[in-house]
Amino acid sequence: MKKKFSVDLKYIPAISAIVLFFIAYAIGGALYGDRGFLRLRTFTSIFTDNAYLGVSAVGMTLVIISGGIDLSVGSVAALSTMLIAWGTEVLGVDSAVMILLVLLTGTLLGFLMGILIDKFSVPPFISTLIGMFLARGLCFIISIQSITINDPFFRSLGRWKIKLPQNSYINLSVIIYAATLIAGIVIMQRTRFGRGIYAFGGNRQSATLMGLPTSRIQIGIYTFNGFCSALSGILFALYMFSGYGRHLYGMELDVISSVVIGGTLLTGGVGYPIGSLFGIMIYSVILKFISFNGSLSSWWTKIAVGVLLLFFIVMQRVTVVLANRNKRQLRQKTQGRTAP
Amino acid sequence: MSGLARRMTSSKLFSSLLALFVILLFNVFLNPGFLSITIVNGHLFGQLIDILNRSVPVMILAIGMTLVIATGGTDLSCGALLALAGAVSISLIRGSSTILNADTAMPFPAVIVITLAVTGLCGLWNGFLVAKLGIQPIVATLIFMTAGRGMAQLITGARNLTTNYAPYSVIGQGWLLLLPVPIFIAAGVFLIVWYFARRTAFGLFVEAVGVNPSAARYSGINSGLVIMIVYTVSGLCAGVSGLIYASGIMCADANNAGLNYELDAILATVLGGTSMTGGRFYLGGSVIGALIIMALTKSIYAFDVAPESALVVKAFVVVIVVLIQSPFFKARLASSRVRRGPGEIKNSGAGEAS
Repeated sequence: MKKKFSVDLKYIPAISAIVLFFIAYAIGGALYGDRGFLRLRTFTSIFTDNAYLGVSAVGMTLVIISGGIDLSVGSVAALSTMLIAWGTEVLGVDSAVMILLVLLTGTLLGFLMGILIDKFSVPPFISTLIGMFLARGLCFIISIQSITINDPFFRSLGRWKIKLPQNSYINLSVIIYAATLIAGIVIMQRTRFGRGIYAFGGNRQSATLMGLPTSRIQIGIYTFNGFCSALSGILFALYMFSGYGRHLYGMELDVISSVVIGGTLLTGGVGYPIGSLFGIMIYSVILKFISFNGSLSSWWTKIAVGVLLLFFIVMQRVTVVLANRNKRQLRQKTQGRTAP
Repeated sequence: MSGLARRMTSSKLFSSLLALFVILLFNVFLNPGFLSITIVNGHLFGQLIDILNRSVPVMILAIGMTLVIATGGTDLSCGALLALAGAVSISLIRGSSTILNADTAMPFPAVIVITLAVTGLCGLWNGFLVAKLGIQPIVATLIFMTAGRGMAQLITGARNLTTNYAPYSVIGQGWLLLLPVPIFIAAGVFLIVWYFARRTAFGLFVEAVGVNPSAARYSGINSGLVIMIVYTVSGLCAGVSGLIYASGIMCADANNAGLNYELDAILATVLGGTSMTGGRFYLGGSVIGALIIMALTKSIYAFDVAPESALVVKAFVVVIVVLIQSPFFKARLASSRVRRGPGEIKNSGAGEAS
């Protein structure tokens, strides 16, 4: 067979997310270049401001590839900010211990939701909705007010940064995000668990018949995402230095939108954590557009995200249809008869 | 006698009715005056009436949602469409909208028709994406869930538009024959949807599409049309609900009107016994589900706690009800008594219909 340049259709959604990011960035540069849109500081702030979203998006990518959904991420992250603030400020627990406890709590919540989904066949939508209610409610049981975090160690973690030229910097959140992203990529590409998630999301029945431990995979996914949500909450606390029950309201929507824009199919089976990185970057470039423009109101973000979602979803649908057609043609060629 | 008991307990509605009953009973113990209903100025007043009245917006959303879920879909956009309906109607009444640019206040019936047409069209668009482009229902409706509130804010100019137009207030605050008007509207919506779902073949089509869209298509059902109708109905329900909501406070609040109501509506539907994987649906169950949610919220408010911590109790109650309805416990129950009807044991639902 002649080798010619072609891209596997399954990469197209992720690649177009990357292309769209560069287009959006270039447009921003053309429009607001004189106001510093292209400065390194603007670019690094995409990551320093949104690292918490990115961490959550890594976990969400896994969930969505498995064909599920997790609505609890925003609430679990809010609960994490609340627990850190309450633990360090009110109870006087050491902040390092508190960080571990928070990660443990998030992981446990994720595990419980996984059990509910897997062992009791409660749809992911409903079980994570329960998790969402529970975590959000717990925040307000701890305190109705916002608690400021004054713990010196925690503050020093939040302030720590690597200085880069042009007055820009990278902070701990970005490094943690990078680590989570790499972990997500390694899990999906190099581990049995990751392969299992693709198989599970592609066709659950086949995965079961293949002898994959589907139960363990499904519970594992939600447990991992619980961990990511808690980590995301910690990063947000490092950014805000406060714990509050109303933090991160509706974050799950931003995360799900970013993951979908990043090329992960909600039908499951297809997607890459790296695509979600670009989903997050596109999302934050939209925010930057609006803040640089100055006269646009914030609700344009919602409309822009809606339009982008529409665009990406329709495009994904088209690629799936094309891919199926290609597959059918290939089958016809190799078998010499019409496929069903 | 035992036959009757068995038939009652095996009914899908039984577990949700039981849950509602337990919550109401709990309230009676908590507050002895809970059941009392008094007549003041020819209006019935009391906690029960209040629960009924306040559950109406979610109840109407849940009625539309039930049909959508029965086809194996989900409509996440209805909360945002509720806000949109409020924004459209009040800006039309004020005639000072920033975008619709109507200089004179419209005749009132036209306002209602236009509002319902807008949300109905949004619903139709959702249905089009799901049926014709084959997009996942959660994603297709996610678009309006994010963009809908943006549109509402665009219309209101990000302000909380208020009005004091008297006829408008009747929708959400009026009284008719002892009872608040919203209850009659909810009853009307329920009866209309129930009639088409249960007295015509439409309900059967919906269930057929929910169980197996391809099989439904091969047996001659226009699945695409059924799905589009169902999402349009859900959009219309969101419109009615939005009119009641906005009229109740005489204000269009694009940010907070109906916030998370789509989740409550889905919850009400699931609590009512409709499976998220599609197929059999229970309109009456969804109404009971909405009542459960409101009764629960009400009873938590009776304690002196932050309203938001009610979510914790809500989470626990939902876990219990959902577990009772889960195949796991169904199997346990079924093995302990005579096996009834074909059990639907399907696996996780959110990402299956396509």
